[in-house]
Amino acid sequence: MTLSYSPTVSPAQVPGLPHRAGLGLKTEHLQDVLETRPDIGFFEVHAENYMVAGGPFHHYLGLIRERYPLSLHGVGLSIGGEGPLDPEHLARLVRLIDRYQPHSFSEHLAWSSHGPVFLNDLLPLAYDAQTLARVCAHIDQLQSTLKRPMLLENPSTYVQFQRSTLDETDFISEIVRRTGCGLLLDVNNVYVSCVNHQRDPLTYIDALPLHAVGEIHLAGFAEDSDSLGDRLLIDDHGAPIDDAVWRLYEQVLTRTGPVATLIERDNRVPAFSVLHAEARQAERCLAQVMS
Amino acid sequence: MSVQSAFADALLAAHGGCPVGLFSSNGADPASRFAVYRNNVQSSLINALAASYPVTLQLVGDEFFRAMAGLFVQANPPTSPLINEYGSRLADFIQAFEPADSVPYLADIARLERLRVRAYHAADTPALCQQHILQHLQGQENLGQLSLQLHPSLATLRSPYAVVAVWAAHQNDADVTNFSPWPAQNAVVLRQGLAVKTFAIDSGSVSFINCLNQGTGLEMAVEHALQASSEFDLHQCLTLLISHDAITHLHLE
Repeated sequence: MTLSYSPTVSPAQVPGLPHRAGLGLKTEHLQDVLETRPDIGFFEVHAENYMVAGGPFHHYLGLIRERYPLSLHGVGLSIGGEGPLDPEHLARLVRLIDRYQPHSFSEHLAWSSHGPVFLNDLLPLAYDAQTLARVCAHIDQLQSTLKRPMLLENPSTYVQFQRSTLDETDFISEIVRRTGCGLLLDVNNVYVSCVNHQRDPLTYIDALPLHAVGEIHLAGFAEDSDSLGDRLLIDDHGAPIDDAVWRLYEQVLTRTGPVATLIERDNRVPAFSVLHAEARQAERCLAQVMS
Repeated sequence: MSVQSAFADALLAAHGGCPVGLFSSNGADPASRFAVYRNNVQSSLINALAASYPVTLQLVGDEFFRAMAGLFVQANPPTSPLINEYGSRLADFIQAFEPADSVPYLADIARLERLRVRAYHAADTPALCQQHILQHLQGQENLGQLSLQLHPSLATLRSPYAVVAVWAAHQNDADVTNFSPWPAQNAVVLRQGLAVKTFAIDSGSVSFINCLNQGTGLEMAVEHALQASSEFDLHQCLTLLISHDAITHLHLE
């Protein structure tokens, strides 16, 4: 039994993600996927889960990578952190990308580490010139270390900072312009943030550099309320995709054309067939904008 | 204090608190929204511990475990983005956690579960072919000078409680009220192929395996094992290691 994946393609030969629907790879679905070989456009995994020496995680990811395009999605680099990027973490990421040659690497516009502490959440940034310069410097460092462009994901947020001087969309546009990174447009995050901050989702989307969108995320949210009893949406990846998010997705596609689209589900993971059905729904939306 | 310092401190604080400089566009109290972040951070880390320590959780119940894990998280937040590795100090925390004193074997069960997580993710060092090892051992005149290297997943645990029996009693959905935390047991954990395995072993075998893991030659390892237990059975211990693909290198010192 071989426990390691030997890449047969060099980085220059790895194409981008196909313009299809993909799913997050869940341990509980591995057997199903490997036995039935469902027609899924790609699989996405969280990079940090695979930063282990060996064992079943690598074994199964190797098998998946031989059969499907792969998207590697980082959740721990803390690109928006006040401190420097963690060089050890960066080195681990380089090794992982060398090993699996993913079709795409993406990370978040957020911070999650502070000093020695890792907070295990995607935390919000104050949008000002100082933060902008810092985020761009981190993305430049990352892209030159990885020798490939990355996709940056727009955040879902619950609070705003008084010291912000830029709109989130202007902040993101300027990062894309300065660093040449692509955009991972999380349509659920757009919807969640816009409801939470009383913005119009479509106006928000139209203010983004849509030409740079290299992947779309769709997910479900949870509902809470704030001190005024107003609707507070929480991006928990624990529910089916909301109808409002599907409608917004269709409107995004008319602007971007077909884009690789991930169905994200990390909590209360249902049977594989349920997620496969959501992937098929996304593919029907994609088919409508294929020329 | 920087924006993120204040934010980070408030996230991990035991009680309430909201950093200054936040607002909500609808005029709501930002504390009611900041609470989402606090809850995400603390509950995601508690969930990570619950996933790594399933039997520890079963022994005290969900409510007790989550309250205990919450205190652990506040005192020992992760220092690495590799959440698979988070919680290696939980067993020591439990050992000193008075409310858990009524389950005296809880810390050792947590130690065993930690060894199992480590074994699961340990490096994929290939094992030597069983036939090759047997030929080598049988044909070797200088057996005592032979050095064996063990698989990186291999680790032992000494306990005054029946750690393996207690752990094993919680491996299926059957009624688990019927188990005894005595007599004392020692455990060995290893990964064979993709499967993590746990066995009860005698005290001599623990010494023997620990010696090999530290690079001690066979002769010295046997000597230590016999000191730990005069009933140490080299043949039985080697059979366990060989049959579970736990030997990765053999060489003469």
